[in-house]
Amino acid sequence: MILPSLFFYLFASVTVASALMVISSKNPVHSVLFLILAFVNAAGLFMLMGAEFLAMILIVVYVGAVAVLFMFVTMMLDVDFAELRDGFLQYLPVGVLVGLVMLCELVFVLGAWGAAGSMAKTVAKAPIPTDVTNAEALGRVLYTDHVLLFQAAGLVLLTAMVGAIVLTLRERRAGVKRQDIATQVARGPATAIEVVKVKPGQGLGERGAS
Amino acid sequence: MDIFLNVLLILIQSIALLVALLVFIAYILLADRKVWAAVQLRRGPNVVGPFGLFQSFADLLKFVLKEPVVPSSANKGVFLLAPLVTCFLALAAWAVIPIADGWAIADINVGILYVFAISSLGVYGVIMGGWASNSKYPFLGALRSAAQMVSYEVSIGFVIITVLLVVGSLNLSDIVRAQDTAAGIFGWYWLPLFPMFVVFFISALAETNRPPFDLPEAESELVAGFMTEYASTPYLLFMLGEYVAIMTMCALTTILFMGGWLSPIPFAPFTWIPGVIWFVAKMCLVFFMFAMVKAFVPRYRYDQLMRLGWKVFLPISLVMVVVVAAVLQFTGWAGQGVG
Repeated sequence: MILPSLFFYLFASVTVASALMVISSKNPVHSVLFLILAFVNAAGLFMLMGAEFLAMILIVVYVGAVAVLFMFVTMMLDVDFAELRDGFLQYLPVGVLVGLVMLCELVFVLGAWGAAGSMAKTVAKAPIPTDVTNAEALGRVLYTDHVLLFQAAGLVLLTAMVGAIVLTLRERRAGVKRQDIATQVARGPATAIEVVKVKPGQGLGERGAS
Repeated sequence: MDIFLNVLLILIQSIALLVALLVFIAYILLADRKVWAAVQLRRGPNVVGPFGLFQSFADLLKFVLKEPVVPSSANKGVFLLAPLVTCFLALAAWAVIPIADGWAIADINVGILYVFAISSLGVYGVIMGGWASNSKYPFLGALRSAAQMVSYEVSIGFVIITVLLVVGSLNLSDIVRAQDTAAGIFGWYWLPLFPMFVVFFISALAETNRPPFDLPEAESELVAGFMTEYASTPYLLFMLGEYVAIMTMCALTTILFMGGWLSPIPFAPFTWIPGVIWFVAKMCLVFFMFAMVKAFVPRYRYDQLMRLGWKVFLPISLVMVVVVAAVLQFTGWAGQGVG
């Protein structure tokens, strides 16, 4: 089949190119846009491997929600680019160190994987069923075999969310007026309108002032 | 050669769908204006062609022939990319929508997720346009819409999950087939899942920036929101993308809750009518509701919009997911669908 490999090289090369552009483009908003392009192409790669559910979730979660927030923040930041580039040399040693460590780890992982000659073995361990769809296959194990881990991951996320809310929650000063939808909806003619007979020349007196 | 024949076939199908969709949208646009006008006791567009039937085509000609203005301080690449993104993404969603039994260009297993993913990407056109214009009103419009669309996506997601629980499949055609019962119109999901139907309809209005949730382009506050700096063809693409997205939401409502291409009365003379006609009729009905809402509901304030999304719809849809799952589990209705 020539078409899948053609698409593989298309998606892969665009992913790599846009990943490079993420770190090399000068405008942070452009960086985020290239990041999104990289995500979408990675989703395309997943799709080619038959992991259609994962591809769609990648787009929904990362592109549709996480990257929107990235973009939200970078759009509102007022970054001084000249200053940023001044610090380049200062951070270079640390950056190179981190990069080297990651490279070493990658080499180790791939080396060990290749040395065991286990490409076939790993695949054989998890036979790909052909009769169930992606979502069905995930659903069968996610809530049965891995339910504890899955729930634990959910709890961690919930904790993170609660933490973020607590950190940003400020006590407002007293006397802030808030809209109370229930009382607004409950207001009817009986509670909102008062019919008063006004005597000529006397006005409403006390009630008019209230 | 087989591959190329297949590709050619898909290409022809895509172009046919595209043309049909665009002509349909030309008339939906006109219908929108006519309904709006009728509610306000006006006539609406009635000059170009009989009853103004060619109005949309005249507008198209006008937009295309005008001079595209790009502000000098705009970020030009992103500025011109934004309307293209909006339009392409909106059109891409139609690849999986089954307009009749087997009439989908790509009948994929994760169809509903695909539509959901694509519609969640729609926010990028708006954000990019608002940011690249380098002007205050568009930027405020973009910020508003980013928050709005992300918020309402959450409740749309939960509504879709309830339907999926009942059906047991992520395939759009299977969702329609699961509603094919002897009860006809009463077997469709709008009845058993009525609260979700309402939540979905209102969330669809918010997701597509339709009035009364058109805060990103509220003309009384933000001129035209993220579209302020756009003119001629780029503006046309924005507007086209918006209406295609609205049609996608109408189609999704039809598929999820109104039985897709099924006939409302499931016996002889009515089932002879081709499915595509039922589908389009149902879509028109949903759009009519969209148009009526636009005509007689005043615009929400922004904090009220956020309150509705997070404090009303999210809890309702969350509770409904639990309730529907529990009902399915304990009454043994689970697995009644196709999956």
